[in-house]
Amino acid sequence: MIKYTEDHEWLKLEGDIVTVGITEHAAEQLGDVVFVELPEIGTMVSKGDEIVVIESVKAASDIVAPVDGEIVEVNDAIVDTPGMVNEDPLGGAWFFKVKLGDASILADYMDEDEYKDMVS
Amino acid sequence: MSETGILSSKSLPLAGLHSRLGARMVPFAGWNMPVQYPMGVMAEHSHTRSAAGLFDVSHMGQVLLHGPKAAQALETLVPADILGLAPGRQRYALFTNDDGGILDDLMVANRGDHLFLVVNAARAEHDIAHLVQHLTPLGVRVEPLPTRALLALQGPGAENALAQLLPDVAKMRFMDVAVFASIWVSRSGYTGEDGFEISLPVGEAEAFAERLLAQPDVAPIGLGARDSLRLEAGLCLYGHDIDEGTTPSQAGLLWSIGKARRPGGDRAGGYPGAERVAQDLAQGPSRLRVGLAPEGRAPMREGVLLWDAAEGGTCVGAVTSGGFGPSCARPIAMGYVPQALAASGTPLWGDVRGKRLPLTVAPLPFVPANFKR
Repeated sequence: MIKYTEDHEWLKLEGDIVTVGITEHAAEQLGDVVFVELPEIGTMVSKGDEIVVIESVKAASDIVAPVDGEIVEVNDAIVDTPGMVNEDPLGGAWFFKVKLGDASILADYMDEDEYKDMVS
Repeated sequence: MSETGILSSKSLPLAGLHSRLGARMVPFAGWNMPVQYPMGVMAEHSHTRSAAGLFDVSHMGQVLLHGPKAAQALETLVPADILGLAPGRQRYALFTNDDGGILDDLMVANRGDHLFLVVNAARAEHDIAHLVQHLTPLGVRVEPLPTRALLALQGPGAENALAQLLPDVAKMRFMDVAVFASIWVSRSGYTGEDGFEISLPVGEAEAFAERLLAQPDVAPIGLGARDSLRLEAGLCLYGHDIDEGTTPSQAGLLWSIGKARRPGGDRAGGYPGAERVAQDLAQGPSRLRVGLAPEGRAPMREGVLLWDAAEGGTCVGAVTSGGFGPSCARPIAMGYVPQALAASGTPLWGDVRGKRLPLTVAPLPFVPANFKR
């Protein structure tokens, strides 16, 4: 199941683990990404916390935690090669994985059609 | 970027062309400007360094000064040597205030019987009023040129590309100016690369730009890459790296003050703030604009505070321009630090989101200039 947030994140749920990345629309709007700072594994995050810093040539932006939970994995490859975020935002350039307390929270987010309506 | 900003801003004469080229527009200095094209900032930057980039800089102010005493009169407002500027040559200058602060930076060209000035968009209204107020009583006629567009063609391929349209530009050297009927060309720019700035009537601009863009080397370049190119070249952006609170010596712009205008020169002083500039020349400025090289990957942008220690210590200055340098492949910045900390290699720390990250003072420019002297 893939869900989308109003902040242009995609969330992929497998078991009780959610993988989070940003959409192609977000990557295009950001422009060339040159720096990514990810949270530490083991961090407990709350929905709305600014946990990722992403900087393009033009400006700095934050990515917020879309759910409550524990960071269980981060994608160091995008720290080493920030340009991956522009090249493969929906695949290899995922940001982090969160272990959920309560999976029902994802019901609040948009499905793909709703997200496409929002950005069109 | 707000809708209001877009709607209340003026449109460039080439707005239709930018739209057809797929530009993303943003409001800047009261104008809707192309910040990038589909190529993207990074590729546009690299294209300019390796081939040729075409910039629409029609937002900048263009002004003519007429009258036999125009050069002499302009020297009452700028510390540059204008009387010593030969016909067909251009020079960088500063408008100063009574405290020696910088009101704007500009280009001045000697066009024989008149001077041609190019000033910053955000300061154009101010500068024109300033010129009228002070130079009209000295017998100078100030003629703003709102119906002329300004293009910049920059990069190692610029000469060949422009010479297809105007063959004689190949003979020009850095800071030469020449007139080709309605088209005025200077060999100058804001990227550190060889190139040209081309002033032409608004009605001719789009066709001329299209003829340049039709050449294989030439791509349209937006404001985003213009900023990263000038930052790598160590060039100041008015309102950021220089303003009314910075003096020419603090900004490292004393080279723009000719010998004749310095203490002991034939026409020493005679411009606003001359005493302060003389004092800075004698004693050295209290602080200096320097290059800054962050050690890590995090860009340090305008406003980042600089400290002399990783913990505790003193706040010694701030970043005035900063970002990622595509040709340097790392973050770069400029800022002001006390003279004692201005030597290249001096370690400092920048406060980025509450963390002090290491950087070192670095020589400017970050990328060597590639002018045709």
